[in-house]
Parts: sequence; structure tokens; C-alpha cells
Amino acid sequence: MSITREIRPALSLVVLFTILTGFILPEVFTGAIQLALPFQANGSLLTVNGQVVGSALIGQNFTSAKYFQPRPSALTGTDAKGNSINTPYDASESGASNLGPASASLLQSVQQRVAAYQKAFGPGPVPADAVTTSGSGIDPDISLENALRQAPAVAAVRHLDAAKVTALVNQMAHGSVLGIVGTQHVNVLQLNLALDRMGAP
Amino acid sequence: MTMQGMLYIALVFALVLGCAFPMGSYMAAIFEGRVTYLGPVENGFYKLAGVDPKRQMRWTDYAVTLLLLSLIHFLLLYAILRLQYYLPMNPLHITGMSPRLAFNTAASFTTNTNWQAYSPESQISNGAQVFGLVVHMFISAAAGISVAAAVMRAFTTGGMQTLGNFYVDLTRITLYLLLPVTIIAATLLVVAGAPQTFVQTLTAHTLDAGSQTIAIGPVAFQEAIKEFGTNGGGFFNANSAHPFENPNAWTNLLENWLDLVIGFGLPIAFGIMLKDKAQGRALMFAMAIILALGCVGTYAAEAGGNPLHIAAGVSATDGNMEGKDVRFGIPASTTFNVSATGTSTGAVDSFTDSYMPLGGAIPLFLMQLGEVTPGGVGSGFYTIIVFALLSVFVAGLMVGRTPEYLGKKVQAKEVKLAMLGVLILTIFILVGAGFSLMTKSGLGSLANAGPHGLTEMLYAWSSATENNGSAFAGVSADTPLLDYGLGSAMLFGRFAFLIPILAIAGSLAAKPKLSTSAGTFPTTGPLFIGLLIGVIIILGGLQYLPADTLGPLADQYLLAAGKTF
Repeated sequence: MSITREIRPALSLVVLFTILTGFILPEVFTGAIQLALPFQANGSLLTVNGQVVGSALIGQNFTSAKYFQPRPSALTGTDAKGNSINTPYDASESGASNLGPASASLLQSVQQRVAAYQKAFGPGPVPADAVTTSGSGIDPDISLENALRQAPAVAAVRHLDAAKVTALVNQMAHGSVLGIVGTQHVNVLQLNLALDRMGAP
Repeated sequence: MTMQGMLYIALVFALVLGCAFPMGSYMAAIFEGRVTYLGPVENGFYKLAGVDPKRQMRWTDYAVTLLLLSLIHFLLLYAILRLQYYLPMNPLHITGMSPRLAFNTAASFTTNTNWQAYSPESQISNGAQVFGLVVHMFISAAAGISVAAAVMRAFTTGGMQTLGNFYVDLTRITLYLLLPVTIIAATLLVVAGAPQTFVQTLTAHTLDAGSQTIAIGPVAFQEAIKEFGTNGGGFFNANSAHPFENPNAWTNLLENWLDLVIGFGLPIAFGIMLKDKAQGRALMFAMAIILALGCVGTYAAEAGGNPLHIAAGVSATDGNMEGKDVRFGIPASTTFNVSATGTSTGAVDSFTDSYMPLGGAIPLFLMQLGEVTPGGVGSGFYTIIVFALLSVFVAGLMVGRTPEYLGKKVQAKEVKLAMLGVLILTIFILVGAGFSLMTKSGLGSLANAGPHGLTEMLYAWSSATENNGSAFAGVSADTPLLDYGLGSAMLFGRFAFLIPILAIAGSLAAKPKLSTSAGTFPTTGPLFIGLLIGVIIILGGLQYLPADTLGPLADQYLLAAGKTF
């Protein structure tokens, strides 16, 4: 065989498959799925009074005590002066801390977060998700246990009955199938939206 | 560890192994030309490309056409990445990649590795992902499966000079296997919430934190072929941990299944083509046993939690949640990552750098074994054939007979080529990681100190050379040393391994096919499966033990003693 004779078929197949799998199919698939499933295809956006308040799938930062708190986020960015700063839940990026299990800086962060959590929500072992950073940096969920621990404090800030807030958490919880597929967790944005609907603080 | 966690692992294996049989018989039908429902498209491709579908190729022609097509496709991707600023679908006006990053990325996607030294959200346009990376996800996967099909044909009859037609295999595998499953899986992913739009960013007015910019794009389509073709290149930096790539526990299960099903189906296809199904099942079970042990081991390590954190007041029953998202839970996170390193996918739904030392050691070791459990699509199959040949050779030495595998005499030439394949990659991994750790640049790339830092570098070279693509992601990979070094490792790991394999296949194809006799060593029962597993672990893994002892094992002992870095 001569290599020059193989250039035409090899090059043609690259071009043909680029057209088919790189242009035609993605375009047709996107067009069809936009018609069939517009909510999901466009990012599962949630609106309040016509304004987009976030995506049901993407976590966002909450700092005010009247809201349930999300997990810590490892995302960082740079400020105007080029210094590295924490940018929790900046969904234009994503990622994890990548700190190893024996990392001293991770251990120090966990100790500080445990102390802050116990101060805010009472003593006792702290749910692991509340004091560790997620893989995505934009984890939309917290464990059910974590949400239940936060409920009385959030209710107190809002002057609501703690039992009612706890009931809301349980009502919003996602279950798992036989404990095998999935976990018991709560979507923080959706929980806080429901909380706002329940009554103003 | 809980019973439910173990049942999750059992569920994944039941779904994958159960589906490997129909998937295998479908793939055999594709390889044998019995699937024709897209005939007009297929024949149109041959006509436009000037391919004679009846032509049969010797192993040398098969290798040359594969290398040539890969080279052309590599150059095309390099150009797209350099020029993405001027190309369509770049609403954020992202600039072209630097020469070294474009080289690394083009090598990565041509070799089915999908190592990502770039950060997708800020360094690649939607367009370059769709008509650059995604096309490679189809073609590099199809090329790997084509070689597997060629190797299978070598065993089917005796006295053959040819192994099939590379262009035909590539076209048929893409059209009949990769495309339909990708479209179905992508649809399911969108139903569950994965987006598919050509918009690149959204803005939300959040309840409590001002505005939030959300990166988005044509995620679902890429995600489906990313898993099904054991590619692994995430649309986002967080890969399958990102909620848009992997919205819930069910999509996580689907992606895990997509990851494994071709790899376990190929030995079944082989059994059908041989008309001896037990041979294929034996290879499949050897792969599955090693992977299952890996899944259980990593799950145990992560479910136990981090003793340092538990002592600091963290609940002892939640496991190690650093780098993991809540919606999956521990067993589904660990099973996903082990599956993605037992195949050459390298996708992650949680970050291995933050796993416990032994939890991270298992994915590392599975890559070092040579990616055979079940390995990358196609590459896992042809690699386990190498180990099978070595196994019958070892058995032959014990009883003093000329070894045979599937009726083909295994002689000095094949054994030399097989050992060359096994050793050539080891050298690249150990010398590459060792050299990098002696340079200032290499040390500067590490995110963690102590033995964990050594593991990061060892993991990077193992991942690149074995064409996996997963990372201890703390490593800063976009440096001249790692861009060029790991890029070369990927090309070498793919093509310097693939050529000896095709040479073996060419040599075996030409030999007569002997019928089994009383003296033939049986290659179907538990004895052979046990021997094969032993050969994979001893020949594939032993040479890494000294390095792994200094990395994850030292990490584990020091952590147990309460030492932090």
C-alpha cells in the first residue's frame, strides 16, 4: 500500500464524522430537545415574580441567619488586585478543594467549621456534609440531618414555630429508594424559597 | 459500610453484567457486518471517502490507516483549539489555547484519554467542545473498538493474512453502536435535568447573595458519549460532580452503567465470534472480579471516614465527605470513580485527591494494572488478550508444553511482543513521575505536601500513560513539563502499545487453528480465571508496588499516626 493513497479516505472520514457528530447531530438534538423539554434543556431555572432566582440544580450561597446554610464551597477566584479570594458558589466555575486527607489546612478548616456549626446549631457530632467542601463547589443539597439540625435556629430568627419549620424540611426532603439509590437530602434553594413563601421574617 | 451500600455495588454489577450479554451479541453482529439498518448512510460515507468496503487489510495496513487517521484528527483538533477565538459558537470570546496546552489537549482527546489540563468554563468555547472534543469522543472510542474487533478476528480461523478493514470498522462502530446509544442516553440525561443549549452563561438574582453567573451549554450530548466511549472529558471543571453533568443519583447510576457496558460486552462479543461463548465469559469474569474487589475496598475506605476529622467533632457515621456531593452518597460516589478508573474513562463524580489514602490507592492501582478491568472501550479487551497469552505461557512453562490460546500456538515472537507491551508503559510511568519529582517545576505543580504529593504525581503519569485521564486534581497540570511530558505519555501509551498488539494479532491470524485435545490447557474454568487474575496483578501491578508504598501506603500509616502535612 502507499500512504498517499490512504490520505483521501482517512481525511474524508475525519471530515464526514466531524460534520455528522460535531454539527448535524448536536444541532438537531438540541433543537428537538429544546422543543420537548425546554425547562430542563435550559438549566431548570426557578423564577419568583418573573425574575430568575437560580437553578434548581445549582447551589447558591446563603449567609443570612434567616436562611438554611449550604455546604462550604472550595471555589476561589481573583479580585481586582489579582489576589486569590474565596468565591463560594460562583457557578461560572466549579471544582473541589483537592486537599488530601492528611492536609493540615483542611483539618484546621474543619475544626473551625465544627466550632461555628456547634455554636450556631447546638453541640454534638456535626453532620460531615456541613463542614466539608463538595466535589462540584456548587452542591445544591445538604443532608436531611444537617437541615433538621439547622431548623430550630432558622425558625427562631423568623419567629416561626420550630415544629412547623421542621415539618417543612421533612416535606421537602428527597428520599432514597430502599436506602440503596440516592440519599436523604434537601435542596437548599428550594427549601429557602418555600421558607420565604411560609411567612416573612 | 452498610448493607445498602454493598447492595448498591451489587446492583451496578447486576445491571452491567446482565446487559453485557445482549450488548456483546449486538457488537458481534456489528463486527461481522450483520447490522445494516443505516445502510444508505454507511454506503454514502464509503462513496464520499473513497473507501472500498470489501478491501481486507493486513495488520500493517490496519495499523498505518489507524495512525494516519489519528494524526489527521490530532492536527485538526490542535488547529481548532488554537483558533477557537475565530470559530463559531464562542459567545464569551475565549482566546485560543497556548501551543503547549493545545498539544496536550489534542493528544489527550486523540488517545481517548481526556486528561484536562485546561479549565473548561474559562478556557474552551462551546463550539470547540462540540465540533472538536465531542467528535474525538466518538472517533477515538470507535478506533479502540476497531482494534479489538481486528484482534478478535485473528482467533476465529486459521491461515488468515488479514484482520478486516479499519475504515469500515470505524464507520460501522460509530454509526451502529456509539450514535444510537448516545442519543438515547443524552435524552434520558435531559429528562433528569442535564441542560442542552447553545447559550454559554445564565444570570440569576439570588435570594441572599446578589447575582450568580451560571455556566451552561450543550452538556447532555457530550456527557452521554463521554461515559459510553470511556472518554471522561467533562463539560465542566468539576466533571460528573457538576449537577448539570450529573443531576441526581439515577443519572449517576446511568453514567456508571454507560461507562462499563461496552468494556464488559466485548469479551462476550469475542465468545460469540469464536463460537465458544465460555471463552468470552471467562475473560469477563476475570475483569469483573478485580473491579468488584476494587469497588468494595474503596467504599470501605471512604465509608470509614477521616479519623482526624472525627476526632475534631465530625459525625463518625457519615464517611469522608470532602470532595463529594450530597445527592450521590458514599457508595455511589466511590463505585463511580472506581468504575471510571477500572475503565479508561477517568470521569469523576467526587474528587479522588481528597479520598482516604487507601481509597485513592485503588483507582491508582487499577490504572497501573494496565486498564483491563474492563479497561477502555476496545483497549481493555486487547490488553486482557495480552495477559491471557502470558497466562497460557506461564501455564505452559509449568507443565512443559508449547502454550496454545484458542487453538493458536503462542510462540516466542508473541510472548516477546506481549512483554514489550507490558513493560514499555511501566517505564514511562515510573521514569516520568520520578523525573518530574526531581524538578522544581514538577514539585511546584503539587497541591499537597508529604507522601500525598508523591501520589499526585504518580497518579498523573499513570493516568496519562494508561490513557485514563482522571487526576488527583490538585496538580497544576498546565506547565511546560507536564503539558509536553504527559501529552507525550498519552500518545506513547496509546500507539506504542497498540502496534505490538496488532503485530501479535497479525502473527496469530496467520497460524493454523488447532483443535482442542486432551492436553490443551482449558481457558474457561475457575483455574484459568484465577491464573489470569494472578498474572494481571503480578505482571501488571508488582512493578509499581515500591512507588505505591512511598505514596498512598506511607500516607495511610502517617495519617493513622495522626501526622498532618
